[in-house]
Amino acid sequence: MLVIPCPHCGPRCEIEFSYGGQAHIARPQDPAAADDATWADYVFMRDNTKGVFLERWVHSHGCRQWFNVARHTVTYEILASYETGAAPPNLDLESQA
Amino acid sequence: MTQSFRLPEGGVIDRGRRLGFRFDGRDYMGCAGDTLASALLANGVHLTGRSFKYHRPRGILSAGAEEPNALIQLGEGARCEPNLRATQIELFDGLIARSQNRWPSLDFDIGALNNRMSRLLPSGFYYKTFMWPASFWMKYEFIIRHSAGLGQAPEGRDPDRYDKTFAHCDVLVVGAGPSGLAAALAAGRGGARVILAEQDALLGGSLWSGNGETIDGAPARDWIEAARRELEAMAEVTILTRTLAYGYFDHNFVALVERVTDHLGGVAGKQPRQRLWKLRAKQVVLATGAIERPLVFAGNDRPGIMLADACRTYVNRFAVQPGKRAVVFTNNESGHLAALDMAAAGIDVAAIADLREDPMGPASERTEAAGLRVIPGSAVVGTKGERRVKQVRIARLNPDGTQALAAGENLDCDVLAMSGGWNPSLHLFSQSRGKVRFDSGLGCFVPGASAQAERSAGSCNGVFGLNDCLAQGFNAGKQAAQDAGIKAGSKGGAAPQAGNGDFLPARWIWEVPSGKPAGRAGKAFVDFQNDVTANDLKLALREGYESIEHVKRYTTTGMGTDQGKTSNVNAIGIVAQTQGREIPDVGVTTFRPPYTPVTFGVFAGRDVDDLLDPVRKTPIHDWHERAGAAFEDVGQWKRPWYFPQAGETMHQAVNREVKAARESAGIMDATTLGKIDIQGRDSAEFLNRVYTNAWTKLAVGRCRYGLMLNEAGMVIDDGVTARLGEFHYLMTTTSGNAAPVLAHLEEYLQTEWPDLDVHLTSVTDQFATVTISGPKARALLADVAGDMDLGSQALPHMGVGDGRVAGIAARIARISFTGEMSYEINVPASCGLALWQALMTAGAKYAIVPYGTEAMHVLRAEKGFIIVGQETDGSVTPIDLGMDWIVSKKKTDFIGKRSLTRPDIIKPDRKQLVGLLTGDPKEVLPEGAHLVEGAVGQPPVPMLGHVTSSYESPNLGRSIALAMIKGGRDRMGQSLQAPLADGRTIACTVTGPVFLDPEGTRLND
Ligand SMILES: [Zn+2]
Repeated sequence: MLVIPCPHCGPRCEIEFSYGGQAHIARPQDPAAADDATWADYVFMRDNTKGVFLERWVHSHGCRQWFNVARHTVTYEILASYETGAAPPNLDLESQA
Repeated sequence: MTQSFRLPEGGVIDRGRRLGFRFDGRDYMGCAGDTLASALLANGVHLTGRSFKYHRPRGILSAGAEEPNALIQLGEGARCEPNLRATQIELFDGLIARSQNRWPSLDFDIGALNNRMSRLLPSGFYYKTFMWPASFWMKYEFIIRHSAGLGQAPEGRDPDRYDKTFAHCDVLVVGAGPSGLAAALAAGRGGARVILAEQDALLGGSLWSGNGETIDGAPARDWIEAARRELEAMAEVTILTRTLAYGYFDHNFVALVERVTDHLGGVAGKQPRQRLWKLRAKQVVLATGAIERPLVFAGNDRPGIMLADACRTYVNRFAVQPGKRAVVFTNNESGHLAALDMAAAGIDVAAIADLREDPMGPASERTEAAGLRVIPGSAVVGTKGERRVKQVRIARLNPDGTQALAAGENLDCDVLAMSGGWNPSLHLFSQSRGKVRFDSGLGCFVPGASAQAERSAGSCNGVFGLNDCLAQGFNAGKQAAQDAGIKAGSKGGAAPQAGNGDFLPARWIWEVPSGKPAGRAGKAFVDFQNDVTANDLKLALREGYESIEHVKRYTTTGMGTDQGKTSNVNAIGIVAQTQGREIPDVGVTTFRPPYTPVTFGVFAGRDVDDLLDPVRKTPIHDWHERAGAAFEDVGQWKRPWYFPQAGETMHQAVNREVKAARESAGIMDATTLGKIDIQGRDSAEFLNRVYTNAWTKLAVGRCRYGLMLNEAGMVIDDGVTARLGEFHYLMTTTSGNAAPVLAHLEEYLQTEWPDLDVHLTSVTDQFATVTISGPKARALLADVAGDMDLGSQALPHMGVGDGRVAGIAARIARISFTGEMSYEINVPASCGLALWQALMTAGAKYAIVPYGTEAMHVLRAEKGFIIVGQETDGSVTPIDLGMDWIVSKKKTDFIGKRSLTRPDIIKPDRKQLVGLLTGDPKEVLPEGAHLVEGAVGQPPVPMLGHVTSSYESPNLGRSIALAMIKGGRDRMGQSLQAPLADGRTIACTVTGPVFLDPEGTRLND
């Protein structure tokens, strides 16, 4: 069970959170203009990274805020958490992978 | 019976407190401080079970958690518990235990036939059985399972209470042997918040097995006592005895089970039986000790053949002689220590067979000095004795240890103490994802690099001398406290000092030769619990299993509740030897939690019965109960299902309720509908984006029905939203979906549209909602709504307004889920019951009838209204439902819009919502029934879809059904077949989904 650092509440136990999949998947500005492949890519396709993965969590049983986490999918180490909309922290992702 | 193997003095038992217990129907006596195993041995009982596969007689091998043989069924009836190790059960007065793997009796059982037929039970036996014709498996399964069963589940429900607790600490020390105690002292003196967890009832660990050790100049037991007192005096230190750390998970989350009252024998009182500790530690010190390794030789599994250190433990801690005449078989110094302690306890030590050509070390010097007979370069190559070892054969080995020279010498004995070296207990370290490495000097796996904030100390770290253990433990505790951020104080003191006897050097012969040709020698067991022999491992290798993980699964060695505690390294050693590889190249299998079995009860804790899940009741619930309602669960809500009157069946009650709602007036408690208050300048825009239809033009005081999709275009919810003010809306959701819908809306607001000024508040619990429905609904409401204008000008269909109903401030929405004129009346939750009672009283003259969810379902199905989660299953679009009318063509975007034009979504053969009418109007199709076309022929028959809702409709005088059918809208009038599980096939005709009042005239004036 992970300890997840909520940017608003501090470190809390995983059971307080819900997972939201890969972070930084932008919803197309003009969905109608997206061709089928682009739209399907947005809706269905996600990375399956071995290494540092930027992912979304929501503090469901806390402040109910969405935020992003940089987590290593092998070691489960959490390298950073940051607010939704913020740029990912400058991590040396290559060497972590 | 007398305890004829109990020593007159010594041990950590209370001879004054004699405890009676029963094992396999016979009564015995033991002492306070005994385990079940030591008490049995005190009475000369070694035979405690039959082996798993061959049903060979087995005795107590060990004195701890690693016991593979003496698995016990403890207690009776609802309190009986299988698979407990006799070596871990603390004796209490009145204890009742049974050996569990024996049938029909321990002394003679049919399973022993397996032993003679063992050629039919090779490794991979279960896999091979599955490959036989299935009919064979069916025949054998019963016998195999019956004779191979490991214990029985308790009868009846568990009468005990269990508890759970969360805890945090700076330093968790697992194990309170010399290393763990030293670690806890060092960390505690530094001021760290320490939890010291020990599976045993006593602190001290291996020190109780020893004899004569001193620490800081005092006898070891005095040092333990002083350490305990010092730790107990520290405010930040918690000592948990009888507490097993069974699992090490991510981010230093360690799970422990505390056996709070097990040792009292079910007399729990106010205490729970067991407590689960969910512990988060900044730093962990593993001081889990080491487990002695058996030697693998022919006939090494007879009762009376025990681990050498276990013999020491029984003699020194429990004052029990494991036998009267002993032989020791060892490859290291440990066997000599056992020989010395047994001799001191009056046991006749016939000989020490030492695999080493030239035994040397502090203990073998002492055995020599004591005049004990040591046979160097020799091995036990065979044993005799059916239910107890009675003779062993010792032969000298050739220089490379691969062959026995000559036939050897037979020695009579009733106990054989063996030591094949030591395995550091790496289970928790391995669970923490630390990588183990093989130390060829020590001949064992030791912890390698840590993966978490953890360090190992003492014999679990490959350090076996007492002084080294104390020093390493002390240092680990100090370092852990510092790494946890505790500034080192001046009171740390120095590490305790002791002598440093060691078990090295040793000689590693993984499989001891027998002197007989292969196949003639007795079985040499590697894994006692899973009944795996050295030959089984070699057969697996011959059959092509090369990876140690495959060998493990194929032979089952190291699996199950045992997790290879005694067997793991021997198995790897034999595989390496057979393959001609080095042990590090063979690798090690993964240890999985739990370390020893954990009861289900402790995982459930208090989350049972009424506390399993919250129950939500509406403010009107008590009235429903008094009215005799049957309830159904909708999410966590209890909703009235129907209100049977005296003598009515459910069917009769529902039909009466359904007719009343169409002919006079029905009243329903709709409080459970989810309600979300939406405010902010961009609320209309927000609704535009989350619903399929347009919201910008909805006037204040009007309501609109909406369908909510996910981004894949699938329907996830529906409901009516009312515009209460310029920037104020009230959304309703389906009862079970209130929380997921709120989460869905919050997600989009926060992550996609943070620029929108919208605020969401769940107000489900703040309002009670009562629906009145039927031709008399308006008249009834007029009687209680004072001077509120209910005319269709002031409050038209889909209108909403405020007023007072029966004197209660109310919000009244004229909306309908029944197809009748209906009013949904919202009042503060605290007034819900008063409103209901007022409406029931006023409604008497209109023959008002309360109706439940079943009648509601029939009423809406007559109208072809969907229920999300019944007609839909997450793969249904609005187009599939024929609800294109609610999907805006003008809006450029809403959640899911783009997906509605994906090629797969616009295919004409998708399942579509239709109505079904059975040929026989009395026949009600079962919900879930599949539908096919034409005559039902040989399978596979293409399935066209399934029935989603099906009822008898009293208003239509026949059955009706809704179904999702491939290309359904093009099949109007077609005849389909519903083949049922009972063999009948029901013919039905596809129709539109609206069965009653398709024009909606009943809604309006
Ligand atoms: Zn938070």
